[in-house]
Amino acid sequence: MKGITLRFVPYSEIAYLSSYKRVKQLIELSAANRILLIQGKLTPEEEADLIEEVMKKIGKNPKFKGVEIATFEPSKSKNLSFFQAIKENIARALFGNRDAFTIVGPASIIKEIKKDPKKLELLLKK
Amino acid sequence: MVSFIQLLKRLFFRRRKPIKLGFYGPPNTGKTTLVNRICKEWVGEELGKVSNVPHETREVQFKDSVVIDFGNKKLTFKIVDTPGITTKVDYEDFLHYGLSTKEAKKRAKEATKGVIEAIKWLDDVDAVVVVLDSTKNPYTQANITILGNLAARKIPVLIAANKIDLKKANVKKISGAFPEYKVVGISAKYGHNMDEFYEALLNLVK
Repeated sequence: MKGITLRFVPYSEIAYLSSYKRVKQLIELSAANRILLIQGKLTPEEEADLIEEVMKKIGKNPKFKGVEIATFEPSKSKNLSFFQAIKENIARALFGNRDAFTIVGPASIIKEIKKDPKKLELLLKK
Repeated sequence: MVSFIQLLKRLFFRRRKPIKLGFYGPPNTGKTTLVNRICKEWVGEELGKVSNVPHETREVQFKDSVVIDFGNKKLTFKIVDTPGITTKVDYEDFLHYGLSTKEAKKRAKEATKGVIEAIKWLDDVDAVVVVLDSTKNPYTQANITILGNLAARKIPVLIAANKIDLKKANVKKISGAFPEYKVVGISAKYGHNMDEFYEALLNLVK
């Protein structure tokens, strides 16, 4: 039976990288047939950069099929009071969004990530 | 009664350039079908080819000077129909639609370039219609990335929940997923609810 590596990427590992390096590193790690569980989330601009870089990589290497990615933010499904929301926003601005987590994996392994506000389901290819 | 100053403003400060209206969304949600309907209704001719094979639109397509005159509003648009945005392109998927391996690989390569071009156009549109398939789960990363980038750029967005003619359509699920946006359920194929769509579109760009 073939195994799948699930690699945890703590926030500290990518926090101090530039956006470009962060995106590049995530693509390289996931291209090596690993599913990444990342503490934190990318900004919308980084997500767009990630898609661009993934498309460039597919264009160069047809064996690479792209990635599946999903972000889960537990705080978004919580009903926070006004002051709790301010507190969370300040903490995020200072220390980054560690509350969220992101899953990135190669599309050659992950068929689909089904997501709704309360759960994430990873459907793997046979 | 229109004052003299208002008249001067209208004459000299009227928006001369058409509004660049982008059509974004994942592949196969009906972007080009909707663009074709709009162009056919207001210009008299369609813009692009549509098919069931994903990534039929692999280059950004334009239609200049599309004048939409609906209700008491009239605006001129430059329509920008973009290739579907996705995080993966697998040429083997196209083989299921009867394409040869060579054709499938070529289509995949063109599709990746199309996605990059679509992303680059995010910086150059004035307003966007995000076309989603109302029969599909809206919580996908492509949708979140598109909407997140438009919000970051402060670009006005209207969501067209397409394919409401299909049984599985669920417009409420899309409204629930993206409550901060106006969502209009339509069928671009059959022209259902286009009046509400035009009204929402003209209200989007004031």
